[in-house]
Amino acid sequence: MSISPPIRANSVDGAWPDMSDTAVHIENLSVYYGHTKALSDVCLDVAAGEYLGIIGPNGGGKTTLLKAMLGLVAYCGRVEIFGGPPQKNRPQIGYVPQFSAVDRQFPITVFEVVLSGRLDPGLKPFYRYSKKDKQIAEELLGRVGLADVAGRRLSELSGGQFQKTLIARALAREPKLLLLDEPTASVDAVSRQQIFDLLAELNRNMTIILVTHDLFAISSQIRRLACLSGRLVYHGEPELTDSIVQNLYGCPVDLIAHGVPHRVLREHGEESVNDDCGHI
Amino acid sequence: MIAAIFEYQFLQRALLACLLASIVCGIIGIVIIEKKLVMMCGGIAHASYGGVGLGFWLGFEPILGAFAFSLLAALGIGYLSRRGSGKSEVLSGLLWSLGMALGIVFISLMPGYPPNLGTYLFGNVLSVTGPELTLTLCLTVVVLLVFIIFYNYWKAYLFDEEFAAVVGVKCALLEYLLLILVAMAVVVLIRVVGIILILALLLAPAATAGLLSSDLKNRMIISVLLGWLYCFLGLWISYEADIASGASIVMVSVLFYLLYAAVCALRNKTGNRNSPAQDGSAG
Repeated sequence: MSISPPIRANSVDGAWPDMSDTAVHIENLSVYYGHTKALSDVCLDVAAGEYLGIIGPNGGGKTTLLKAMLGLVAYCGRVEIFGGPPQKNRPQIGYVPQFSAVDRQFPITVFEVVLSGRLDPGLKPFYRYSKKDKQIAEELLGRVGLADVAGRRLSELSGGQFQKTLIARALAREPKLLLLDEPTASVDAVSRQQIFDLLAELNRNMTIILVTHDLFAISSQIRRLACLSGRLVYHGEPELTDSIVQNLYGCPVDLIAHGVPHRVLREHGEESVNDDCGHI
Repeated sequence: MIAAIFEYQFLQRALLACLLASIVCGIIGIVIIEKKLVMMCGGIAHASYGGVGLGFWLGFEPILGAFAFSLLAALGIGYLSRRGSGKSEVLSGLLWSLGMALGIVFISLMPGYPPNLGTYLFGNVLSVTGPELTLTLCLTVVVLLVFIIFYNYWKAYLFDEEFAAVVGVKCALLEYLLLILVAMAVVVLIRVVGIILILALLLAPAATAGLLSSDLKNRMIISVLLGWLYCFLGLWISYEADIASGASIVMVSVLFYLLYAAVCALRNKTGNRNSPAQDGSAG
């Protein structure tokens, strides 16, 4: 089916040390939940250092794709993270789950949440976090701008603070690849900008894959775009044509973003040149 | 009753059993509330009745049968729901009834008069025997140790299982371990409050502690202390008023929780009326 060619180094700037490396290699990936097909025949390559955005309708398999990369769901096909199976290379992945997937009423402080990112997976008896772990957690809290609320309970945070906490926890793994599932959902405009600034900064030495509905992110932050609707509808430059949107959402959707550096939707009448996926 | 405690061994045993039960309740209660395993816990507890019946029928210690049955139920629910072939709530509900049904059948197969099942269904902490107390002590120590030894892992697992799995923690192992601990807790509690009343003693101290503290460790400690207080008060009332000890302990626990929850609700209501600005600033 849709086999996209591996993406070579972006010519924007040659800052990445391992630009030719493949961070994620997905071949003919299908995921079933019982008898329901959530994803079918997805082929996707993500080069190290890339900043990939994933968009698509609800139920289009965006979260499922992230979970397959983490090895959290059973799948058919091939998924490789930095050349190895997801289960083995999980330590190199930072994961920011969907807002609603985490219990905000749990009795835990912001600092403890970030610290839990440092957990040693070995089930060591009487395991305690080391001084270094605590230091890293503190630094990260400072970096995401939450140093002053470190001692607060999760239930006392605003949406933006909560998302930043989850990002800091993911960064505590010191990952090479960061997966984020709608990190700007229920976040105010200021926090949203701070999160995108942070991601842009992190992208200097980290591969980022971002599931989002945020038009600002699609139009000005990400470098590559993948559109998922049960299958990979599009993969390429972050510019969408009518036919892609039609394929993606089943109907023409207004995807024009105002006041952002470049258009998400092409002008009418222009032909699609981004034919990365053979079937479009 | 205080003077009688020093005099009668059965009272000393009862108090010791209560103390052990509150330790188990304090820990497991918090866990099942946070992990939303209340239904599963009820299922595991009631499934144990089948083991009690089997014990009576075949002539071995019913409490061992109860342990075996609750263990089987716990692992069965865990395995099937993990494999995705059944929802844990549905499985819990089914095993809940199946265990009771098996118990009834086994008892009816017994020749002669039916035994006194009230001890197992509603508990009778005043009749706890030496060997039973030893078993209770061992199980309590195991539950306590497993929690202390892996505390930071439990905390991460309870808060966000998926993330713990991403970190590389073997969550399946922790889940099965937790189910085994729940089965152990059931056995510890059967003699104190009985199969039917277990949920109240598991939930009431933990839920009250939840209102009192927002730190996991403190919640567990408070829950243990409250459980001990409820058991002691319940036992005292049952001793003085000559009523069933299990029922009395459960009534004290639940009433205390309801009372405190009502106080909290009233306080929140008046608090909000006085400072409406507080709510708006959170967003």
